[in-house]
Parts: sequence; structure tokens; C-alpha cells
Amino acid sequence: MTALLETRELVKRFPVRHGLTRRLAGHVTAVDGVSLRVEPGETLGLVGESGCGKSTVARLLTRLERPTEGAIRFAGQDLADLDETALRPVRRELQMVFQDPFSSLNPRQTVRRILASPYQYQGLAPDEPVERLLERVGLRPEHADRHPHEFSGGQAQRIGIARALALRPKLVVCDEPVSALDVSVQAQILNLLKDLQDEYGLAYLFIAHDLGAVRQISTRIAVMYLGSVVETADRDTLFDAPAHPYTRALLSAVPLPDPDAERARERIVLRGDLPSPLNPPSGCRFRTRCPKAADRCAAERPALRAIAPGHEVACHFPEWNEGNDQHSPEWNEGNDQHSPEWNEGNGQHSPERNDGNGQHSPERNDGNSQHSPERNEGNDQHSPEATP
Amino acid sequence: MTLLTVRDLTVDFGSGIRAVDGLDLDLDTGQVLGVVGESGSGKSVTSLAVLGLLQGATVSGEIRFDGRELTTLDQRSLRRLRGDRIAMVFQDPLSCLNPYYTVAFQIAEAYRAHHRAGRREAHKVAVRMLERVGIPEPERRARCYPHEFSGGMRQRVMIAMALCLEPDLLIADEPTTALDVTVQAQILDLLRELRREVGTAIMLITHDMGVVAGLADHVVVMHQGHAVERGAVRDVFRRPQQPYTRGLLACVPRIDGPLPHRLPTLEMTG
Repeated sequence: MTALLETRELVKRFPVRHGLTRRLAGHVTAVDGVSLRVEPGETLGLVGESGCGKSTVARLLTRLERPTEGAIRFAGQDLADLDETALRPVRRELQMVFQDPFSSLNPRQTVRRILASPYQYQGLAPDEPVERLLERVGLRPEHADRHPHEFSGGQAQRIGIARALALRPKLVVCDEPVSALDVSVQAQILNLLKDLQDEYGLAYLFIAHDLGAVRQISTRIAVMYLGSVVETADRDTLFDAPAHPYTRALLSAVPLPDPDAERARERIVLRGDLPSPLNPPSGCRFRTRCPKAADRCAAERPALRAIAPGHEVACHFPEWNEGNDQHSPEWNEGNDQHSPEWNEGNGQHSPERNDGNGQHSPERNDGNSQHSPERNEGNDQHSPEATP
Repeated sequence: MTLLTVRDLTVDFGSGIRAVDGLDLDLDTGQVLGVVGESGSGKSVTSLAVLGLLQGATVSGEIRFDGRELTTLDQRSLRRLRGDRIAMVFQDPLSCLNPYYTVAFQIAEAYRAHHRAGRREAHKVAVRMLERVGIPEPERRARCYPHEFSGGMRQRVMIAMALCLEPDLLIADEPTTALDVTVQAQILDLLRELRREVGTAIMLITHDMGVVAGLADHVVVMHQGHAVERGAVRDVFRRPQQPYTRGLLACVPRIDGPLPHRLPTLEMTG
């Protein structure tokens, strides 16, 4: 199957400036080599804590920001370097829903005008009346002539969703669409997103820090930490058999609404705070808080590689199997010359590639050892927009 | 032993809007009472009423703390009580800390407001408290300003400030809502530990059923200013009696257990 959206080694660096003269003090790498894939009609959940770069990924995919490096292929076209004019037709198919419904709706416009703006921008005639669009997201037709402040948070988010849906996109990037809402309203919005997906065959990239919401809506999930993806798996594998120590800690930290289960379970409490992305740790980004960190983790950055079909982990000591704690050194043989985490073989995350690899033999990662040189070359010339 | 008793608490902000309407609460010494509800259910207003911090609202009913009626107490006595016997931790630690002073200064200030202590002694207390709440290198960190701390560390500072006076009651209003889950787990662990070691009773206000399940002994479910259900945590979670409680529990997407295609929703909100 061809992916609807695929990113390769996406990198975004922001300049950091100091002092009165705004002297350039360096760069912060907000997104550091992220490769994702969204199939038509599926939901990819992207989770991580604040500062992990998940919102920057959303802004890169929708080209609200230009990536410093890397490629974004959407419906067969590379978006990374397109200008605004060339992006306009793409935006018909690629829309976004934002976290704060009120700040993303113009307070001076009526709902009717807000919902007409996508057509206006595209120079198209609306193909269905606003009233019908409102009904599709569970609002009443008479809401069309009201202003955003007359709505509750959940209703305002429905308007944001209606705006994203107006042009019948193929992919909607939802950046924390429910985190500003009360739990009962969250459930309604999650249901709405699912109903719309069933009805229109939409694909979502669903970005959230709430793992429960992500589990509810996603088919596959990618976990980010400090700018990189540390694990990707289908939903059930990620929740039932997480392999990255960070994913495990993250899941164990989510409080369960069940007093007995909550008090009985073993929690992996991470030490300390997220390191500064301005000065990330050497090697594995997670090693400073990792319960399993060893010398190797400081020396060598683990690449994202498959440990089972469709299950990829960036860790030297993944727990893909109970009792497999002692690592076999051969396992990572191929990664010695180490180009941080991209290698050719990982580019196509095709599940087929791993067919028949049910038993996780160490040799099968050999294929990952030819590193593509592009990434490291690209690191030298900073793209112009990073240092304007 | 009963530490806090609230009877028929009603808070009226004028024009007939009752944020809290006839609420009863009981909290025993050293226990944790979870107060859960959605926005607008009146849970934060309840905590402010207990502290006597509601201005411009008509508060009626009884609030008895350790045998003393708080609703009729004068401001001076209330102020002495706050901090000394009842402390509070809010959701957003940054807006509660003064950006111009070091964290140790602010903890020391709280300490000196209630104890006869010199600067040096109070500073020592502050450093000890920072260490107590798990700030690494407390000596050095004591001289930092709030902006140099992460969200989790700022919340630790707030807890240090609340606990330096060894209060009998800590009111924690959404103490972990602004924090990431891994940091939330650290703060909840800290609260659990303090409760065990210091014996502070905690009134935990939150919208997160998981946080209540992990920390509270008793729970009160609030909706539109009323307590719709109350009881021991295990009973309320296992056998919720009210439709609202059942709905609130069911509509939260979980990371374990069966996965419904659609989540059950509460019809009364929206």
C-alpha cells in the first residue's frame, strides 16, 4: 500500500538568540530525524511529553513551518520545499485541528464566515451549505450566525473540526484536539472524530499527551522523546508489550481509575526532568533518565529498528520479550559506524519486509547496516531559513 | 478524628448563581479526601471557601476545622491559620511564585511569617525542605529563581513552601494537572510519602479519576455545586451508585482493559 503521508528524517532547528543584539547563540533541534508514515484511512497517534517536538512535527507536516532537512511526501508529492502558492491545492487534502478551539477561531467572525473561509482561500464555491456542515459535527443549523464566544469549549472544537472537514481532506492533523476539554466532552469529540473517519475514510495524525485518548482513537502509535521517535507499534502491541524503557515508564505513570489496580501495580518512576533540547545528552537521548542505561548508551545513539513486524524501537536494550534483559552484543553489530538514526533499510517501514521474522533473530538487523550518507552530509549546511 | 467538617456550604456569587449549593464534607486527620468533578462543578470554590479566600461572594453554612468555626473567624486569625495549619498548593506554580525572589527566599518568607526565626535559620529550613521534596543539589538550587526551574520542580517548591510549616491540612487544587504524566507520577509519590511520614491530611481536588484512585481514601463527586456521590474510594469506583458517577468513570478512555468502539458519553454536559 502506498502511504498517504510519509516523512523521512525530518529535522527542524530553531535559532536561539541571546542578548540585546539578538546574537545567534546556537540552534535547538526541536525535531531530530523523524520518519513517520500514515496510511489512507488510518489514525497514527503521536505521543510524548511537553517539549518532545510533537507539535513541531504537526506544524512541519502541515507546512506551517518549513523543515530544516528531510522530506515530507503527501499523496505522492514532496511538500518540504513547496512555496505557499504550490501548497494551496495540497491544503484541500491536508487540514489541521488545533488544541485551543477559541484561539483558532476568529472571535469577530460568525461561524458562517469561519466555515466559508476554506472555500474562499481555495477560490471554490462551497459544495454544501454551512448548516449541513454544522449538522455533520453535531451542531445545530441555527448556530451558523453566532460568534465563537457563544459556544462552549466542546462546541467550539466541533466548529474547528467542521472547518477542517469543509474541503473533504484526506488527512487531518489533530494537535491535542481534546486536551483543553472536560473529560465528558473529550469523549464526545473522540467519538465524533471516529464517526467522521468511518463515514469519510479520513486519515488522522492524532497528537496528544493523553495516552488513554490516543489508545481510544489510534490504529498505530509513535512515541516521541526529545525530538525523536523512540518506538512505533500498532496500538495493541504498544500498550500490551511496549519495548522502549521510555514507553514503559510513560505507560506506568498514567494513573488508572481503579483503586486496587492503581495501588497494586509497579510504577517505573523516572528520575529528574527532561534534559534541555539545547544541550541534549550524548548517545541515547533518554539515557539520563533511563533505568537501564549503560556505558554504550552514552557512546552510541540507538537507531530505530524493527524488533517485530511493524514494531520499531530505538533502544540498545529493548524489552521485546520477557526475560530478554541481557542483551546480546551481536544484535546491534551493524550499527557501529552509526549514522544517528536513519538508515536506508528503515526508510520503508513496510510490514512485509519483516514477514517471516517471527523469531527475532539478531541477524535480521544486518540489513540496517548500510547507512545512507545523505543525512550526515545535510547536517553541515544549515538550511537558510534556520538562520534568517 | 475529624479534622474538617463542612455542612451545608453554599457559595453565592450574586444574581442567584450558586457555585456551591448545600455541600457537606468530612475529612479525618491524616486522611486524603478526593474531590472530583468537571469544570464548573464547584470544587475549587469549595477549597477557596475553606481557606476564607472568597471575596465578593456570600458564603453560608458551617466550616469547622479542628473544632473551630472558620466562617465567623476574623481575617487576622484566618491568616494565622492559613499556612500554619492549612496550606494550599495550586495548579499553576509559576503564577504563585514571585519571579523576583529566589525559591529559598520565598520558602523562608513563608516560614518566618509564622515562626520567630532569623534569616539564616529560615534559609536552612528552606534548603532542608527543598531536599525533603526531592530537589537535587538543594544548596545550589536554593539560590535559583522560579524561571530556572521546570514545572515539576516548581510544584515541588510549592509543596515545600506548604509543608515547611507542617500543616494539619494540605489543600491541593489540581496539583498535577499542568504536569506531564511522568512528572505527575513523581509529585503523586511525593504527596503519598508526605502523608505517610508527616501525617498531613490532604484535600485533593482534581478532575482526574486516576489521580483520586491512586491517592485518596474517600471521594466526593461534585456536579453543579452538589455532591452527587460520596464514599470510600474503593466503593465509589467499584460500585458507583449515581448515573453521573458511572458516566464520569466510563467516559474516560483508559490505557488498559477492553476498548469500546465509541466511548459512553454523559448527556448532561456539552
